[in-house]
Amino acid sequence: MATAKMKFRRGMDFRRAILPYLYLVPAFAVMSVITFYPLIYQVIISFTDFQTKDLRFGLASPELNFIGFKNYTDILTGGLPVQNFNFTRVLVYNFWWAITNVMVHVPAGVLIAVLLNTPGLWFKKVYRAIYILPVVIPPLVVAVVWQNIFHETNGAMNQFLTTVSQWFGATDPVRIRWLTEYTPPIPWLLPTGPLTLAYYAMMIANFWLGWPFMTVVATGALQSIPKDLYEAASIDGASGPQQFWNITVPLLRPAMIPAAVYGFITSFNLFAFVFFMTNGGPARSTEILVTFAYDLVRNLRLYGAAAAFSVFIFIVALIVFLVTNKITRATESYT
Amino acid sequence: MTTATQNKNIIARILNINTSGEKGGRDLPLWRQLLLQILTIAIALEVMFPIMYIITLSFSSKTTRPSALELIPKEFSLVAYQQVMDRPTANPVTFTQLLTNSFFLSFGVGLVALLVAVSAAYAFSRFKFALRQVLMVLLFIPLLMPAVGLSAPLYLLLNQFRLFDCGNGITALEPIFSCAEGVTGKLVFNLRDSLWGVGIAMVASALPFAVWNLKGYLDTIPLDLEEAAAIDGADSNQIFFRIVLPLAVPQLAVTFFLGFIGHWQEFALSWLFLTKPENYTLAMTLYNMTGQYANAIPWNRFAAMAIIVALPVAITYIALQKYITSGLTTGAVKG
Repeated sequence: MATAKMKFRRGMDFRRAILPYLYLVPAFAVMSVITFYPLIYQVIISFTDFQTKDLRFGLASPELNFIGFKNYTDILTGGLPVQNFNFTRVLVYNFWWAITNVMVHVPAGVLIAVLLNTPGLWFKKVYRAIYILPVVIPPLVVAVVWQNIFHETNGAMNQFLTTVSQWFGATDPVRIRWLTEYTPPIPWLLPTGPLTLAYYAMMIANFWLGWPFMTVVATGALQSIPKDLYEAASIDGASGPQQFWNITVPLLRPAMIPAAVYGFITSFNLFAFVFFMTNGGPARSTEILVTFAYDLVRNLRLYGAAAAFSVFIFIVALIVFLVTNKITRATESYT
Repeated sequence: MTTATQNKNIIARILNINTSGEKGGRDLPLWRQLLLQILTIAIALEVMFPIMYIITLSFSSKTTRPSALELIPKEFSLVAYQQVMDRPTANPVTFTQLLTNSFFLSFGVGLVALLVAVSAAYAFSRFKFALRQVLMVLLFIPLLMPAVGLSAPLYLLLNQFRLFDCGNGITALEPIFSCAEGVTGKLVFNLRDSLWGVGIAMVASALPFAVWNLKGYLDTIPLDLEEAAAIDGADSNQIFFRIVLPLAVPQLAVTFFLGFIGHWQEFALSWLFLTKPENYTLAMTLYNMTGQYANAIPWNRFAAMAIIVALPVAITYIALQKYITSGLTTGAVKG
């Protein structure tokens, strides 16, 4: 293999040296126009007080003022004309949201995959077919459906809890204000800001959405673990839990770490879901970075501040990318 | 192997309960089998709960939500579906128009992203060159910063391309030409407020994902064939077009469909950019039904619309399930 590779590369001349760049031209030409140029434009307007009245002329607008780092300091110190906004809180919450989700989805996904992998279990295929359903439904629909499930008077969740409580003799219908109640149930949990009931409701809904993907990945990895490993272990007298911790878990790790990273990034930027389910509320307690950036553009039309905010997102994304890239080595060359 | 049959139609799988090919309960004591069955059924109920809720709603002929929990349709009325098809929004826009818009956007974005991405993915997978790592990080950053993060500058940039009718048969294309001094032209076309503009903005996020997804797959194609071809005197372009592309066809299809279904449900950019009802997409319509007028939501129509939006995505995903999940994981798993 190695010698063949050497032969393959030996004919490296000038033409071959520029070839990879030629292959990159289409992608980078398109991205220069629709990604890199807007990014630079973004940095420029982040130093201005760009508003709706400047839309007509863009950067040539006569009313446009360069205000230095004011947008940036406003964001960090909460000086934006926006209610209930605290940058640190949104940032910490965003990481907390993504991490807690992955921490629940991955173990649940693995356990359910192991359960489904039990030899001799009846109706395996039926369960596999049902369990994939959350993955195939668009998050947009999922979020809107769950928003209605958590509705105060008519939502399925309160109706369900009412039914259950009636079995225990309660007569009053359950009226939990899942998505609007501001008082946090566990006040000490995230010191930078309250975790409202809406957070837990979203965790439940996103749990429903998140674990099946992990089960799919774990099932694929489980089926590639050689059966003889388990046979050898049981001959040596290893118990079921011992086999799980010493064979299954270590051999699943190479597949589950990239899946967990993927899940982290997905949850971190789960725009449609958060936007539909709570729109960041109540009082911005479930706001993540992308939904806030969207709010700045769409509703508040503070383009300058939105641009500065997006520069912050860019920096956060870059750090997250470099860290996760170290873990998954996605950009490494194959050859 | 179960994966070989996984691609089968889901309905066929549900109907053929006993075709799993695995002997039920032979090496599993009955009490354990029953215990595990209770667990798996509980999980299946958890998965089906929201789905049954929305299906039941969609078959209802009343626009109000039931006051008690209903998870099995009591009536099979298609009134809601019919109403949604006849008159999806309060505006005079036909269902066909919305469907065409959604299709145009998602098909176009999926296709353009694929065509531009494929050669870049090849370059990153098969060549070693200076700046490789840097260029790859540049390309992948938008994966972590979704299009929403770039929405402010994209909005402003696209907003500058406008066609004006200046009267006297003169048409001016801003920002290159503008109407004569003192003449206020009539706005004919604004790139930002059109499906084309939204499509351009969407490609910005679809392209990096397509490169990532394709590169991961190309990495798994053994080099042997290419090496053999190189020894026989094929140049790099011949190898790319005659060997690598044909081998990558399944993944090209998957990448296209992921782009397609990803943007089928996209609503953030469209909602931000588009203002004319005739440009609305199905996803925007769904949001429109639940957004501002939350107290007057026609629940059965909303549920029917949710199912109409979800169904194409769900069917595509289930049909391509095996390829999609392996594509997503091979993108990161290796080395």
